[in-house]
Amino acid sequence: MTRYILQRLLLLPLLMVIYSFVIFVIIQAPPGDFLTAYVATLASSGSSISAEQIAALRHSYGLDQPFIVQYLLWVQHLFHGDFGLSLEYQRPNAELIGEQLGLTVALALFSFVLTWALAVPAGIYSATHPRSLGDHILTVINYVGVATPNFMLALILMWVAFAYFDISVTGLFSPDYVNAPWSVGRVLDLLGHIWLPALVLGIAGTARLSRIMRANLLDELNKPYVVTARAKGMKEWALVLRYPVRLAFNPLVSTIGWYLPMLFSGSLIVATVMNLPNIGPLLLRALINQDMYLAGGILLIYSFLTIVGTLLSDVALALIDPRIRVER
Amino acid sequence: MADITAGKEAEDRVAVASNWKLVWWRFRRHHLAMASGVLLIFMYLIVLAPDFFSTQNPERTDARQAFIPVQMVHFFDDGSLSPWVPAIVGKRNPTTLRMEWTTDANKKVPVRFFARGYTWSFFGLFHSDLHLIGPVDPNQRIFLLGSDRLGRDQWSRIMHGTQTSMTVGLVSVALSVILGVVLGGISGYVGGKTDQVIQRLIELLQSVPTIPIWLALSAALPRDWTPTQVFFAITVILSLVGWTTLGREVRGRFLALREEDFVLAARLAGCSRMRIILRHMVPTFTSHIIATSSLAIPVAIINETSLSFLGLGIRPPAISWGVLLQEAQNIQTLALAPWLLIPGLIVIVAVLAFNLVGDGLRDAADPYSH
Amino acid sequence: MPPTPTVIESAVSSNEPLLSVRDLRVSFALDEGLVRAVDGTSFDVMPGQVLGVVGESGCGKSVTMRAILQLVEKPGRITSGTIRFRRRDSNEAVDLAQLPPRGAAMRDIRGAEIALIPQEPMAAFSPVHTVGDQIIEAILLHGHRWQAGGRKLSRGEARDITVGLFRDVGISMPEQRVDAYSWQLSGGLRQRAMIAMALSCKPRLLIADEPTTAIDVTTQAQVLALLRDLQAKYNTAIIFITHDLGVIAQMASYVVVMYLGRIMEEGPVDEIFHAPKHPYTRALLQSIPSLYGQTRVALPVISGALPHPFNRPPGCPFHPRCPDVMERCSAAVPKLEPVAANQLASCFLHHDKAEAE
Repeated sequence: MTRYILQRLLLLPLLMVIYSFVIFVIIQAPPGDFLTAYVATLASSGSSISAEQIAALRHSYGLDQPFIVQYLLWVQHLFHGDFGLSLEYQRPNAELIGEQLGLTVALALFSFVLTWALAVPAGIYSATHPRSLGDHILTVINYVGVATPNFMLALILMWVAFAYFDISVTGLFSPDYVNAPWSVGRVLDLLGHIWLPALVLGIAGTARLSRIMRANLLDELNKPYVVTARAKGMKEWALVLRYPVRLAFNPLVSTIGWYLPMLFSGSLIVATVMNLPNIGPLLLRALINQDMYLAGGILLIYSFLTIVGTLLSDVALALIDPRIRVER
Repeated sequence: MADITAGKEAEDRVAVASNWKLVWWRFRRHHLAMASGVLLIFMYLIVLAPDFFSTQNPERTDARQAFIPVQMVHFFDDGSLSPWVPAIVGKRNPTTLRMEWTTDANKKVPVRFFARGYTWSFFGLFHSDLHLIGPVDPNQRIFLLGSDRLGRDQWSRIMHGTQTSMTVGLVSVALSVILGVVLGGISGYVGGKTDQVIQRLIELLQSVPTIPIWLALSAALPRDWTPTQVFFAITVILSLVGWTTLGREVRGRFLALREEDFVLAARLAGCSRMRIILRHMVPTFTSHIIATSSLAIPVAIINETSLSFLGLGIRPPAISWGVLLQEAQNIQTLALAPWLLIPGLIVIVAVLAFNLVGDGLRDAADPYSH
Repeated sequence: MPPTPTVIESAVSSNEPLLSVRDLRVSFALDEGLVRAVDGTSFDVMPGQVLGVVGESGCGKSVTMRAILQLVEKPGRITSGTIRFRRRDSNEAVDLAQLPPRGAAMRDIRGAEIALIPQEPMAAFSPVHTVGDQIIEAILLHGHRWQAGGRKLSRGEARDITVGLFRDVGISMPEQRVDAYSWQLSGGLRQRAMIAMALSCKPRLLIADEPTTAIDVTTQAQVLALLRDLQAKYNTAIIFITHDLGVIAQMASYVVVMYLGRIMEEGPVDEIFHAPKHPYTRALLQSIPSLYGQTRVALPVISGALPHPFNRPPGCPFHPRCPDVMERCSAAVPKLEPVAANQLASCFLHHDKAEAE
């Protein structure tokens, strides 16, 4: 197994190189560049800028170099940990990203924990009480949950809160804590606000996961080893949790690798709607304005987190399933 | 004795039924899936001729008629079947100086089915001015689902949005299926180096964070493209990343099937490789592909809706459900005009229907697969 | 010529049956209708006896055994009948059919008094736990079987017991094998481990559900020899379920022949093999291919096919395929009645009593 993990770790830098190239191509794809958009904004607000100034700016930003040169320069900077300067905000990208990254990760992780804490018991209950009232209710919730785009859910919740209860559910902090330094109070405040976006973000995933858990468990409950356990004289709940649930759970672990990146990227939409600090909206603006180093940097980080997430889930699966651990 | 012969007849009927018949019989037993299927057929009828189902031109704006509430259809007027909608009454709010509209059930605006309205053309083949439902007086404007901030009729816009969103979903999944089956099939059947390369490609694409890449690709589309070009581009983009799951499954199936005895038998009988693949191997999992695709369509619809909602997918003046939901982004606006959320409900219903049909198909086609 | 059966002498400790099943009926409520999987079976198992239950697939033998342990899964349930079992610590027999399936009384009996060797050793162990763990769990559940006086058994002690059990069933390198996973063991070893688990709490009755079906013939011989040794050593009664008549001949002292949920014939193994009374038993024995039989002749088979469970023939369940069918057979169901000194059969050829329907 260690060999397998080492293999994957070695592949990581290669993948990152490929990704960086693909990302750079995509960012550069739209015709024009940041300055074109900038000039257009200036024009629409009434001011203008001379052709020489544009050329000078272009030169200073290095935007007049050939594609490959620009790419290599970017990669070189990345190697030194320099994410470059945001063309729009005129601040180091590392700073901009860093500010939002922590909270983005917090939201994703919280949503992840919430998803699993809800989905697994729901799936177990559904499978052990098939066709009961509880199962039917959970099934309906699951189907609707999967069918609802998460921004739609966010909109509905926000509208209900605003129209009927006059609360504004945006943001991750109450006004007093927004710019305050970290403290226990701030953490508690965060927890009080984060559960709703985490739920919204995770509901589709929860629904899907719980249905898969239910299906897996239903399959496992009919298997001979369950009968053996019962024939030994074990208590029903003890044997269900110890044997079929364990086995039904394994395939789910292999999907963790997709959940984390999905949550990172899914949070983008929810964050935009609910006005949460998140690198998602930052990325959106950067893409629209062709703020290429910022966009590139963020996309690269997303890619990195995705690869790491997949690797972590494979390791987790190998850890809990001896069939994979021993045979490899 | 009679019992035994009746049982035997039933057994015989089952024994000679083709695979598709069996699938259909099993599918028929899922009542929810059948009902959803009927709903979807109805929605695709709307896709074919959205104008027939609309009451007015979806682009028609009138700033004076912004945020008109839902005018619900009542079918009976004093006991007789005579459909009508309540008229709208406007009042100018003294503080905001904005027009506020309410419905007045005492003033009835008669409507009828198969009414005459604006002319529309069916794919350029013929013209008509017939609409499913409309006001008896063609000069009247009715807003069956209210109007938006530019005074456009939401009912008609939803009909047109249905056409776009459902088509994007269907076409992008169709493209994914083609890509997936072809590439997955080659990978699984040919094996060797080709297989390795395609496998790596699939892994690469699968570990890509989808939404950011979609956003990036969509943002990369030139601003001056026509809505139709954007529409096709979005479809292609959605399918480019979506084919990988199906590709993996198809590859897995091909790998397993390659070792089966019936493939060996076909080879020994002298069949060409193409014939073996198309006539012998593919039919064994066609039903599975169909089931999987019908579960992929709602995902594509949600993705398109999300992209368009953010402004990076289908762009106005083209209409899709996501574009319509852009109007609902503002909470204050929503509080004023909650009917702007209705396109979202349509999305939920469509996706639900697809999921139910897909689950039913999957149970019918491949009961042991999942 | 059928193979000569080996009779197993076992000391019968008393004349009271250990297990007494009377008129058991188990039904499954499926979407298509009600399936009567077991339709009135009655038999006794004496202490230390090996009872062989033989029949085609789907005749209800497994379901009967599951019913004894109250392991019948929904949508199946025991609809009527009694299963009287004499517990170790009391002279009173308890009716297992009346006990709640998940209750403590039934759980105490499972494993400690009646144990099951399930059909497929391949799938009967959990693949993500070591075989040792699973056996230790059983031992600890019924710790009182190894440790009188109420003191709890420690994990280490349980592990030692497991190693000893592995040695008893003939698993080499028991210390290492205890920590193995089931899929790391060969088929024969897995079956031995399964037997070890079944015996781990020293049950008085062992139900072996087709223990040799899934293994090859050589391993089969070893497993059967092992079971014979253990049976003699511990005086455990065994209910041996199989469709293989040859195995029955080797192992059982008393045989029950089932068809479509009913018992067709039962009796001591010698009588059944040498003087079968029921046409079904005769047909089964005739269809055993023999080394000494005629060559270049089609193998004898039982004509017809097993009916669909929803299309139970009226009257005697075997009559559509019976070479000696009479008019009465389709009208009434024959009762299981004595037809010779020690044999019982349900056939109108030999007696006249019908079930009240």
